[in-house]
Parts: sequence; C-alpha cells; structure tokens
Amino acid sequence: MTEFFSAYMPYEAAWLLSTVIGILLIALPLMLAVAMIIYADRKIWAAIALRKGPNVVGPFGLLQSFADGLKVFLQETIVPSAANKGLFLIAPIITFTVALLAWAVVPFDVGVVLSDINVGLLYILAISSLGVYGVVIAGWASNSKYPFFSAMRASAQMISYEVSIGFIIICVVLWAGSFNMSTIVESQKGYYGFLNGHGFNPLLFPIAVMFLISALAETARAPFDLTEAESELVAGYQTEYSSMAFALYWLGEYANVILMCALNALLFWGGYLPPIDWAPLYMVPGIIWLFAKIFFFFFVFSWVKATVPRYRYDQLMRLGWKVFLPVSLLFVFLISGFLMLTRYGGAA
Amino acid sequence: MIQLFAFYLFACVMVAAGALTIFARNPVHSVLWLIVAFFNAAGLMVLVGAEFIAMLLVIVYVGAVAVLFLFVVMMLNIDFAELRAGFVSYLPFGMLIALVLLAEILLGVGIWQAGPVELAGRAAPVPTDMHNIEAIGALLYTRYIFLFEAAGIILLVAMIGAIVLTHRARSGVRGQNIAQQNRRNPKDAVVNVNQPVGQGVEL
Repeated sequence: MTEFFSAYMPYEAAWLLSTVIGILLIALPLMLAVAMIIYADRKIWAAIALRKGPNVVGPFGLLQSFADGLKVFLQETIVPSAANKGLFLIAPIITFTVALLAWAVVPFDVGVVLSDINVGLLYILAISSLGVYGVVIAGWASNSKYPFFSAMRASAQMISYEVSIGFIIICVVLWAGSFNMSTIVESQKGYYGFLNGHGFNPLLFPIAVMFLISALAETARAPFDLTEAESELVAGYQTEYSSMAFALYWLGEYANVILMCALNALLFWGGYLPPIDWAPLYMVPGIIWLFAKIFFFFFVFSWVKATVPRYRYDQLMRLGWKVFLPVSLLFVFLISGFLMLTRYGGAA
Repeated sequence: MIQLFAFYLFACVMVAAGALTIFARNPVHSVLWLIVAFFNAAGLMVLVGAEFIAMLLVIVYVGAVAVLFLFVVMMLNIDFAELRAGFVSYLPFGMLIALVLLAEILLGVGIWQAGPVELAGRAAPVPTDMHNIEAIGALLYTRYIFLFEAAGIILLVAMIGAIVLTHRARSGVRGQNIAQQNRRNPKDAVVNVNQPVGQGVEL
C-alpha cells in the first residue's frame, strides 16, 4: 500500500497514510466482529441451555449487541467519590488498547499483515502480558474491596498461565525456526504430504490442547473466570464501573478472546492455510480459512463456558504451576531433543 | 523524520516518567510511572534496531517484575509521616549517591563530547545477514556458553535459597490430596433413602 501512495506524495507521508489506513482496516472490522461474537456467544450459550437467546432486536436478534452498545453509551459515567479518578478512567482504556495492539502482527493471508516483524510472537507475548494492568489498576483505583480481591486474583492468574504459554510458544518456535508469524504459518505446510497444521503432529498436539486451556485461563473465560466470580466478588474488578468504561472492558475482553482463538489457529492449525494441502482448497481466500478456524475455536470457548463449572482458586493455581508448567517444560525438552536428532543431524 | 519524532517522543516521555517516579507522592503512582519509563525504553530499543531486547524488556520488566512491584506496593499500608521522619538521617548517604551519579553523568557527557564510538573498529564485524535474535543466540550459545549457564545456575540457586529460607513446616494444617479428591465418587458420600412420611431417617 505504501508503494501505491508514494506515487502521489513523499515516501514518509505515504508510509504514515498507509499505516493509518491499515490500522483502521483491522480495528474497525474487529469492533464489528466483537459485537457479532458477543451475539454468537449468547446464542451458543442459549442453545446449549435450551433457551432462545437474544431474538428481539433485528432479524434473529442480530442487532442485540448494537442495542446494548447504544444503551451503555447513553448512560451516565459514575466515578465513585473514594476512587482515584485519573487511574479509574485510564484502566479500561488500557485494557481496550492492549486488546487491539496485538492484532498488528497477525497475518490474515499470504503477506496480508500490518507489521511483518521478525519478533512477531514475542510481540504478542509482550502485549498480552500488559493486559493485566487494566485489571490491576481498576481494582486498586476503585478503592473498594471486591474489585481489589479480583485484581489480586487476576494478576496471579495471568502471570501463572503466561509462564506455561511462554513454554508452549517456545515449542512452536523451535519447530518453525522463527518468531515471525507468517513464517510460523508457512512452516505448517504439508504434514504427511496432505495436512496443514502443527496440531496434526503427535508431538505438538498435546501442546495445542494445553494452549487452548491456558488461553481460557489467560482471557479469564469460564471455567477460569475467577476474576469476576459473581457468587464471591459481586462482579470482580468491574463492580464500580458503569456506562462506556464498562463497555470498554466488555469489548477488550472479547477482542482478547478472539485474539486467543486466532493464535490457536495460527500457531497450531495452519492459520490462513486450508486444513488439507489440496490445490482446489487454495482457491478459497486464506482470510476465510482463518476466520472459519477462529470461529471454530470461539465455538469451543462458548461450549466450555456453557458446560463446565467454575474452578476453585487453589485448583486453578495447581493446574497452572503443578501440571502445565512441568508438562510444557517436558515438551520443550522432548521437542528440542527430537529436532536435534532428526532435523539438525544427530548428536553434536 | 518519523524516526526522529519517535525518538524525541520516547526520550522525553521516559525522562519525564523517570522524574515522576521519584516525585510522585503515592508509591503506586511511582510504580506506574516506572512502568511508563520501561515502556518508552523499549520504544528506544526498537528505534536502534534491537527489537529482541525491546520485547524482552517489556515481557520481563513490564510484564512480570513491575506486576510484582505493583502487587507488593498496593498491599502495603504506607505511612508517609514515618517515611519522612527518616529523611534527615539518610541525607548524607543520599547526597553521596547523588554525587556519584552526577559524576557519572558528567563523565558520560565528557566522553560523548570526545567523539563518536568507532563501531567499525571492533574485533568482530556486525553480522548483516542474520536477525538480531539469531545473532544473540549464536553468541550466547557458543562464545559465552559458560557465563550463560553460570548465570542460569546462580538464578536456580537463588530461587532454591529463597524457597528454603521462607519454607516452614507447619503442624495442624490439613493439606489437600488431589488424587483422593478426584477418585471420590457420589456413591461414597450420598445415600438415597426412600423413607415413609412421618418417620425420621436413621443416620
């Protein structure tokens, strides 16, 4: 796109313009996707519970999210008098911004990526580690006990699961030989000659499952939604929030969920590649394959939310530190050992 | 032009955030300003082409270390009057540190005035055909392998030391046996009784 604009203006202005357009092309559809995915989440949840779900606003209730958005937008923003006002208002903005930032390195098709940096996966890890600040600052700035408890839980939970996510990512990076997202996707071509995706590899499949569960914990989705366990903490860190500030948390959370689904698709299930390495399937644009995979994983997230009861806090910590951490560490050893013996030509 | 703008933006914000870390009255605000400073330092690293170091700075310092700082500082109930009481007694030592830092800054400025660093004069040339992750890996795992592993072992020992120092065996604690909990099934705990109306259940 920079080349297209640089015919009409100096290079730097063209670069700036094309980057801004690229950001808008990702962020605006993402917001629309978040609105529709909230609707899908409620519909799937309702279907599993034998209910109808949202069905009043628009055809099949499709406009429900927009009606909710409008309602929230017209409400009054209430800042508690004991709250730390500046931080109280900055916290939801941090959550929302961080949820959008990570999409800069997600490849949607061959070469369709805003920023094709060679540390793409590390960038995503860095950005997702920032997500905890929105929650912690909200909990502290609200100056209220339940949000504070929730913030403590959230920070412990996110740090715990980031450790195992880090090791899982290292396994994928070892196999792909790169941190660049596009290279990681391309490296998944042609398992056994006809399958696309690291998930089909018996050595990487257990890691793919662990990544899915860690992603649930990292985004604080059910069954790991202890940060907003309504039976104990009212509504967690969002308790004191109202109107747009509340909506920003809502949007940020779902944007993060979509990002985690996209990461599942990109790291383990071939991203924009069709699942079977067969020429006619490449006629379908890569972005449709990616969206289909993202939606499949989102369906799994909703399915889990509707069926599994909430974990107890000590069970959550046990799973993170005593199960996932050693197992993912073991797989780092197994995979690097396997690669050393096969790809890199025997013992050194 | 854009790079220059980004450099001055990151540098100014970083210096300002560093100053506010010291001047902020609330310790939580101090930690948050420190995080802003870390983040802008990462931005500067990206500008000089060290994106791997920049990402590590964000992951390790912003994502883990600063979260722990924030965690601790938020839980503390800090009494400002008590903090200020120690001001005079620590003043000579504080002045000494300030003087040392000032001397270092002056020295740094002096060296900078003396002329640019001759990058070309180093022993090894800058590799141009590899990313800086690969370059760091190639150095760390070959030339500096013993130092690297020694650092790893020191960290491991420090971690074990911290656990040993703080661990104490408490009596009277009922720990959980997870395997036993998972093995339990409803038949062990629940009995269905079809009791006629008006008669109590024998327990």
